Amino acid sequence: MQKTWRSHLLLAYSLVILAFLYLPLLILALYSFNESRINAVWTGFTLDWYKTLFQNRRVLEALMNSLFIAIISTVVSTVLGTIAAIALNRYQYKCKPVINGLLYLPILIPEIVMGLSLLVLFAQTQVPLGKTTLILAHITFCLSFVVITVNARLEGMRHELEQAAMDLYATPLQTFRYVTLPLAMPGIVAGALIAFTLSIDDFIISFFVAGPNSTTLPLYIYAMVKRGISPEINALSTLLMCATISLVVIAQILQPQHSSKNND
Amino acid sequence: MKNGKLMVAPAMLWLSIFFVIPLLIVVAVSFAGRTPYGQIIFEFTTDNYLRFLEPLYLQIFADTLIVAVITTVATIIMGYPLAYFIARLPKKWQQPGLILVMIPFWINFLIRSYAWVIILRTQGVVNTLLMKLGLIDQPLQMLYNDAAVMLGMIYALLPFMVLPIYVSIEQLDLRLLEAASDLGASPLTAFRKITLPLTMPGIAAGTILVFISSLGMFVVPDVMGGAKSALIGNLIQNQFLAARDWPFGSALSIVLAVMSLVLIILYYRALQSQEGGKADAKDVA
Repeated sequence: MQKTWRSHLLLAYSLVILAFLYLPLLILALYSFNESRINAVWTGFTLDWYKTLFQNRRVLEALMNSLFIAIISTVVSTVLGTIAAIALNRYQYKCKPVINGLLYLPILIPEIVMGLSLLVLFAQTQVPLGKTTLILAHITFCLSFVVITVNARLEGMRHELEQAAMDLYATPLQTFRYVTLPLAMPGIVAGALIAFTLSIDDFIISFFVAGPNSTTLPLYIYAMVKRGISPEINALSTLLMCATISLVVIAQILQPQHSSKNND
Repeated sequence: MKNGKLMVAPAMLWLSIFFVIPLLIVVAVSFAGRTPYGQIIFEFTTDNYLRFLEPLYLQIFADTLIVAVITTVATIIMGYPLAYFIARLPKKWQQPGLILVMIPFWINFLIRSYAWVIILRTQGVVNTLLMKLGLIDQPLQMLYNDAAVMLGMIYALLPFMVLPIYVSIEQLDLRLLEAASDLGASPLTAFRKITLPLTMPGIAAGTILVFISSLGMFVVPDVMGGAKSALIGNLIQNQFLAARDWPFGSALSIVLAVMSLVLIILYYRALQSQEGGKADAKDVA
């Protein structure tokens, strides 16, 4: 009896917390469909804010910038990260602590510090701020996440198959092409999805290294929020949220399941 | 493949150029002076660090620490039961439960803070509702103050707390709890003596994540806070983009980075000594 009473309380508490996490996002999305421009009274359903959004040239430009930057950053960071993860998985390194430091520090250090340090780098080397600097910055913060994600997949992988391929006279390149790569593929795809999500969603680092003609979607939303409330912000935020949610769910499904057996 | 080991080089070279070198330049700039127009002059000075000791900046620093502590405590209180609940769900429901916590984690702070602006502003959802119900005549001013910043911080960082605690609860050996109950321990005693101590690493990891993230946060105070709710993150942002005092901004960010890294190192030390202890216990057994 007592046990069910306790678990009911836990269930109720958890639902309240989940509501706290999701209600604001749902309200944000809901009001992107409200007719009224200024206040929160529900006056009727409309898709007008989405229409004006798609007719807004600057929004489309920001979307194109975001996609362009995300695609290039994803490709470069996935290739560099996968190669590094395979090497880390296969070889022993004496300088492993240095490598780990280089990999984990970019994740552990506050994002604002990374953003401004890149700004200082570009200013000192006189590289003009724009899409190039955004891409360089995005590759940098995506890289560690890709290496760690692919590495997690490789660690759960058995090396017997690679050894068998070698025993059957496959060249190292063939072994890589026909054995290692297909086995690592779910990890690589998950890493790429994480990189893409991080890039398309990044605000803080982009804020420091973007130039006048390289506004991305989050930067555009920030500019809109600073100008005042409008339902277009809700519409744009809702679209960005939907993109993020789909990418996260797909990446999550592709990632290896961490069962407790693997940890032993 | 003799040169296979070098495959790690391109990524490491990239991180050296775009992560390590920029940090070193920031360290250099933090000891530099500047012209009245904001030009950096490389002459060694510790003025930028000493300026930090002015009462105005010490106040911002203290405010930032207070906000970080309150945020951390609140996210533990809110996050622990949720993490516990998800970790105790039947296996097939755990993954969806975890995704549910992860989704807000991936949506950026800007959008999540803006959601609260919609709800709390004078013509927002809450005020409209309260006016309709006739509970208030004048809209309440709920935004642009310290309480709003606190709420926004807790909201933004809660998933950072839930995820590591979930992992530690999920790894808990349930046989220990069965043993405790067989030996006559009440569920509360079992929780206090077994679950809580064994999930402490998760709480510690969550604390590190939440605390460090709230130290460097500038989006939430920027969007939800008033003129007086500036934290270190806003101060740094301001030095780089408005005041154009890069040396002072660099010094502030070095202080921030060093503080974060010291906390992380302390965390790993604690973790290692704990694991070392476990290994010793095994040796004895």
